[in-house]
Amino acid sequence: MTFCNGQRVVVADRAHRGHHRTPGYIKGKIGTVERVHASFRNPESRAYGNDGLPEQALYLVSFAQQDVWPEYRGPARDRLFVDLFEHWLEEAR
Amino acid sequence: MSEHQHGHPHTPIMDGDEPAAARRARVLEELLEAKGVIRREDVRQGIDWLVSRTPADGARLVARAWADPEFKARLLADARSAALELGLDPGPSPVVVAVENTATVHHVVVCTLCSCYPRALLGPPPDWYKSLPYRSRAVSDPRGVLSEFGVELDDDIEVHVLDSTADVRYLVIPTRPIGTEAMGEAELAALVTRDSMIGVAQPAASTLV
Repeated sequence: MTFCNGQRVVVADRAHRGHHRTPGYIKGKIGTVERVHASFRNPESRAYGNDGLPEQALYLVSFAQQDVWPEYRGPARDRLFVDLFEHWLEEAR
Repeated sequence: MSEHQHGHPHTPIMDGDEPAAARRARVLEELLEAKGVIRREDVRQGIDWLVSRTPADGARLVARAWADPEFKARLLADARSAALELGLDPGPSPVVVAVENTATVHHVVVCTLCSCYPRALLGPPPDWYKSLPYRSRAVSDPRGVLSEFGVELDDDIEVHVLDSTADVRYLVIPTRPIGTEAMGEAELAALVTRDSMIGVAQPAASTLV
């Protein structure tokens, strides 16, 4: 599954033992794809001396701050942008 | 005083109190060198590169963008190519992204997982950028953090926080101060501070205002 700009995605809410680059605070949250950066070797494999292949697409995904932090104090239009690898994203229904 | 061989006494530069992290780094470096994975010369060159970088390079990019709208468009489209166009070293990251602060949007950059930072264009990150309080609060309470840095934003300005969790490096193009219309690029660059390119400060105020 590849995603395109403007598409709504949900971050996989799964536990992962070991190194990974998906912050815990964003797991399970629904956001919007803002950019498709490029494909990169997977840090979850590279961290342990492996080749990180196949490469994973990296996306810039934005989230409404009030969706991420229920007690968020700022205006509703404030947003949080996170770089996320494709294998952590699913299409939001 | 230790035993000393070069003509002047001083307290030992290295003693039994070597910090644990420094000892770990030293032992790892020695092991990697002994196993032929790295060479001491490579490590030295890497350190030389890191300490040779300064925010002046990022400031040149911003000043050119302020002065030349077509360059700004290229910087926003592909900051890595734009840096190369000015003869600047954009660093090892294959993707460098510049984001523009405007009258309606203010960007702040953080790396919640570690301390990812555009070192090639901004030099070494400040200690607070790597601190746990900044890394945790910049995402959850950016307006509170900005206020502590002296940046008060009206509610009609959207705050966009960028959590640089992976291979991409982010640079903020701050808003050009009013009263700088007559300035040349070198003068403009002097207004562009490191913190303004992280997004926690406005550029230095113009003396012409």
